[in-house]
Amino acid sequence: MSNKSITSADSQEPEHDYAAGLAVIPADRLQDPGLEPHRVRMTDKSVKHEKAAARQVAALFFTSIVGSAFAVYAYFAFPITEELGTVRLNTLLLGLGITLGLLGIGIGAVHWAKTLMPDAEVSEERHIARGSEEVRARAVEIIKLADSESGFSRRKLIRRSLYGALALFPLPAIMIFGDLGPNPGDTLRHTMWKKGTRLAKDPSGLPIKASDVTIGSVFHVIPEGLSELEHHKLEEKAKAAVLLVRLDPADIKESDERKSWSYDGIVAYSKICTHVGCPVALYEQHTHHLLCPCHQSTFDVTDACKVVFGPASRPLPQLPITVDAEGYLIAQSDFTEPVGPSFWER
Amino acid sequence: MAFMKNKGSRRSPFAAVLVMAAGLALTGGGYAAATAAVEQVKPASAVASAAQVEEGRKLFLANCASCHGKAAEGSAAGPSLIGVGAASVDFQVGTGRMPGQASGPQLEAKKVQFTQEQIDSLAAYVASLAPGPAVPTEEMLAADGDATRGGELFRINCAMCHNAVGAGGALTEGKFAPALKGVESKHIYEAMVTGPQNMPVFNDANLTPEDKKDIITYLKYVEENPSAGGYELANLGPVVEGLFAWVFVLGLIIAITIWLGAKSN
Repeated sequence: MSNKSITSADSQEPEHDYAAGLAVIPADRLQDPGLEPHRVRMTDKSVKHEKAAARQVAALFFTSIVGSAFAVYAYFAFPITEELGTVRLNTLLLGLGITLGLLGIGIGAVHWAKTLMPDAEVSEERHIARGSEEVRARAVEIIKLADSESGFSRRKLIRRSLYGALALFPLPAIMIFGDLGPNPGDTLRHTMWKKGTRLAKDPSGLPIKASDVTIGSVFHVIPEGLSELEHHKLEEKAKAAVLLVRLDPADIKESDERKSWSYDGIVAYSKICTHVGCPVALYEQHTHHLLCPCHQSTFDVTDACKVVFGPASRPLPQLPITVDAEGYLIAQSDFTEPVGPSFWER
Repeated sequence: MAFMKNKGSRRSPFAAVLVMAAGLALTGGGYAAATAAVEQVKPASAVASAAQVEEGRKLFLANCASCHGKAAEGSAAGPSLIGVGAASVDFQVGTGRMPGQASGPQLEAKKVQFTQEQIDSLAAYVASLAPGPAVPTEEMLAADGDATRGGELFRINCAMCHNAVGAGGALTEGKFAPALKGVESKHIYEAMVTGPQNMPVFNDANLTPEDKKDIITYLKYVEENPSAGGYELANLGPVVEGLFAWVFVLGLIIAITIWLGAKSN
């Protein structure tokens, strides 16, 4: 390929069709600077450099051979054994070998292309997208011919029945969406907690006495009986997990309707973030802030866990608690609102 | 004495003496045994001599009283230390967090300013004010528990702040959960019991001494066993990995792109 044949503008079409969209063409518009002057490479000028470049490319390919061979060697020479440290050595050396094997080929190929392969500037002309008048007229002709041959315009009955068929055929597909169910029903609104369920420690499942919870303590709580579940244990835990904190009762701001939900400064809140459902459990003893590690939603435990920072839109649901005759903490009821992130129906 | 004169009595004149001797032996022996048992139960550090308490009081007045009050009753500058126990003093002073140097979101661990002997005296003084958690004994700290169980407890109770392998993490408004690598077992235990700064308290009803021992075992296991999967990038998770990808990998990609597009000369 010579430069001349590529860059010459011997096309029949005008290079630019400004009339199509550009209303004003300023007189001092930027001129097409054209191609930069061709720079001759060292490898084109001196045979010495050309030979050196050829040797470099070959050396890179040879490096690749060495790398691949080393990877094979390393696989056998540094096997993974019982000892954990060998995993690291094996993967490290194997990876280095494979990297060399691939990089050697890649860098060698690019170096070859850049230094030794033909070095000609190439520019491709942009053409306007509109077809020529003859092509456009021919296209209309073909469509008309197809219409008359198929009788699409003439045979009304066939045409209309086809419209009907096309309108109905997606229906079965839409119907199949019904089989993606069953609908969750009210499972998102209820958890394992119910009146009288004891609050138990995660993961041991041992019930918690109110006297065990000293000021500044945090307990990670599951409903008693969750540990013994055989089915859907994780699903139930994901909804029912609770964080138990004891504050100085003087610090807590409680609305009248929630006055009876805490016990002597002990409050229990859902551990499931109302943003996207991560476990919120980073409790700061002094500020009484609960922080979600995923998106930094921050809740104020002293003020009904309202959102003080971050993307969560609702406070954490509170679990109403009290104590039973033996002094163990129990739930007064289930959560009074759905826990976790928002969903359409809530 | 009456029993000497009363020769007609069925009792031997030595009966009373024998009974008294037996009684004395029983009560005295019992007392000695009970004291020994109590001594055994008490952690060694809880046995503080009056001299040590007095020494601690002097150190307290000289170094702590300006913030915590002359009788450790607290002031606007520092909380009351009555009832915080020896464990709290040993942790705060033993990690250099106390005496604090500057106010800020969090007091940081720094060079320890007292000898262990002085710290023990301070702890004895504060412990003498009101009962509180004692410094754990060697036996409670031995990292010979169940690391697997400790790992589960750590993930449930600690990992949300301190990261799953104890690499530490950020909290709100400049506070942070420190890394647990290289922290003495004693200080980890004391932190759990006392809940320093913004850390919650994990009392013995929440995490039993055995649970705490398992957690320490897990942390020491993680510390001693290198990551098997390669370079762990400080274990800090997506932040560090993202930074590495953006700075190094993206930089490498840009460098390769420039090299590909550049003309050879």
